[in-house]
Amino acid sequence: MNELNLKRHANRIRKGILDGVHAARSGHPGGSLSATEVFTYLYFEEMNIDPKNPKMEGRDRFVLSKGHTAPGLYATLAERGFFPKEDLVTLRHTGSYLQGHPDMKHIPGVDMSSGSLGQGISAACGMALAAKLRGESYRVYTLLGDGEIQEGQVWEAAMFAAAKKLDHLTVIVDNNNLQIDGAVSEVNSPYPIDDKFESFNFHVINVEDGNDFTQLEAAFGEARRIKDQPVAIILKTVKGKGVSFMENEVGWHGTAPNDEQYKEAIAELEEAYAKLGKEEA
Amino acid sequence: MSEVKKIATRESYGNALVELGKEHEDVIVLDADLAAATKTGIFKKAFPDRHVDCGIAECNMMGIAAGLSTCGMVPFASTFAMFAAGRAYEQVRNSIGYPRLNVKIGATHAGISVGEDGATHQCLEDLALMREIPGMVVLNPSDDIEARACVKAAYEHQGPVYMRFGRLAAPVINDRPDYHFELGKGVLLKEGFDVTLVATGLMVSETLEAAKRLEDLGISCEVINIHTIKPLDESLLLASAKKTQAVVTVEEHSTIGGLGSAVADTLSEQLPTKLLKIGVRDVFGESGPAVELLHKYGLDADGITTKVAEFCRH
Repeated sequence: MNELNLKRHANRIRKGILDGVHAARSGHPGGSLSATEVFTYLYFEEMNIDPKNPKMEGRDRFVLSKGHTAPGLYATLAERGFFPKEDLVTLRHTGSYLQGHPDMKHIPGVDMSSGSLGQGISAACGMALAAKLRGESYRVYTLLGDGEIQEGQVWEAAMFAAAKKLDHLTVIVDNNNLQIDGAVSEVNSPYPIDDKFESFNFHVINVEDGNDFTQLEAAFGEARRIKDQPVAIILKTVKGKGVSFMENEVGWHGTAPNDEQYKEAIAELEEAYAKLGKEEA
Repeated sequence: MSEVKKIATRESYGNALVELGKEHEDVIVLDADLAAATKTGIFKKAFPDRHVDCGIAECNMMGIAAGLSTCGMVPFASTFAMFAAGRAYEQVRNSIGYPRLNVKIGATHAGISVGEDGATHQCLEDLALMREIPGMVVLNPSDDIEARACVKAAYEHQGPVYMRFGRLAAPVINDRPDYHFELGKGVLLKEGFDVTLVATGLMVSETLEAAKRLEDLGISCEVINIHTIKPLDESLLLASAKKTQAVVTVEEHSTIGGLGSAVADTLSEQLPTKLLKIGVRDVFGESGPAVELLHKYGLDADGITTKVAEFCRH
C-alpha cells in the first residue's frame, strides 16, 4: 500500500464529490466524504476490478447499500478510470447517466442499482451466494450507513449471510453517527452495532478511525482471513470529512454547497493536496 | 360424463421447475419457508443444491434473487402472492424491476380460493401492483398445462416475470394437441357474437362453463383466455370488442387495477365499448372453503352467468 498515493486519490475524489453536488445543486456530500477513504481503499487496493472491462468475469463486486452517497462512488469510479471525470458535473441532470442513486444499467462499474435503504445488502448476499454455489473466488463488499441499519431488511440479510456462511461477503458500516433527523443515537439508536452483528454470527472488526488507510488495510486484511463466516467492518468516521465546515454537521447530509461554499471547500482541499508534497514524476 | 382432471397450478409450478432444472444449470429456486405449500419442495427433492430456503424474510429473498441474477443465475423466488407482491413490493420494484433483472417470481396462493386462511392471505391486489412496474411481465395461467408452459416461457424471457398460481385444484382445460403458449398472446377459446368474455387464471374454466349456459339463454359468447396480463394482447381484444360491442372481464382479483382495469384502459383509449368487470369489488375476502367462497363472491359459473345475462339485457 502506498498511503501517500491513496491520500492523493482520496483528495481528488473529495473534489469530485464537491464538483458533482455543487453542479447538481443537490445530493449528499456528508456521507460521501465520510466514506471517501473506504471507497478509495476498495477501488485502489482491495478489489479485483478492471476499469476497462467493468463487467469482467470473476471480478469482485461492490454494492453501495447507502445509495444516496452515490457522489462518493461516482467520484471514485471516475478517479479509477471507469468514466471521464468531466462527467461528474452532470450528476443528477436530466439525461445524464449519473443518476441521483446508483444505476447499474447505465453507469460503468456499478454492480447493483440501489438507493432504497436496506436493499443493497440483500443483493450483495445474493452475489456472495452465487460465488459460493459455483465455487468461485470473487469477493463481495457492501457499504451501509449507520442510519440505514435501522431498516429491518438489513437484519434479515445479516441472518441469512451468517446462516449460509457467506465468507465472501464483507459488510461495511459507515458509522459517522449522523442521519437526516440528527444523531443516530438520538433518532433511533442502533448501538451497540458491533454486538448486534456479532450476535448474528458475523466476525466483527471495529475500526477506530475509518478515515485512516493503515487501519483500513489491517481490517480488510483480517477480513480476508476469515472462513465460514461473513465479516462486518464497523468504521468510525467523520461525516463531511475533509471539508472543515461540513465536518460533523448534520445539515450537510443532503445539502449542496453554494458557489461561495464550494470555492471555500475546494480551496481547503487544494491546500491539503499541496501539503501531501510534490508528486513523483 | 367423464371426470375432469384437476390440478392446482402451484403443483404445476413445482413440477415445471424440476423440468427446467434438468435442462438448465443456471436455474435456482428460492423459497421463504413455504416450500411445502408453493411446491418448490418438489424441486428441492430433485436438486437440493439449487434450492435455497431464505426463511420467513421475503424482502431479503427478493434482494437475494436480484444479486444472484446479476451473477448470471436465473432465480425463481417463490412465496405466497400476498408476500411476493404485497410485502416485498418495493424490493421487487427497486431491486428487480428498476434494474430490469432476470428474476422470476413464482407467487402461489393468490385470490380468495386460498380459502380457510382468510383475508390476510387472500391476495387480491397482486396483478395491480405488478402490472405497474415498468418492464414486468405478468402471467396468470388457467390450468396445469398453461402453468407449466408459462414457467418455461418465463425462463426463456429475458427480464423480470411475475407468475400467479393458485392453491385450489383447477380443471385441466387446455389438454389438446394444438395448444400453444405464446407470451403476450391471448387465446380465443370460443367464438361468439353477442358479448366477449375475457377471463384469466382460475376464472377461465368457470367462464367457459358460464358461456355454455348463456348459449342456452340465447346469448352467444366469445371467450378469450388472457394468460398474459402484461403485455396485454390488445389486438385480439380490440378485434373481438369490435365484433361483439360488449366486453366482460372475469378475474379472481380486485376489480381495481387487474385484468378489468387493463382491458378498460385499452378499450377506453382505442375503442370505447360497453364493459362489465367481474371480480372482487373493493372488499377483503374471508375464511371458508374455496369453492363456497368463489360462489359467495360470484366467481363461479353461476355468478358469472347471472351477471353476464343481466349485463346483456341492458
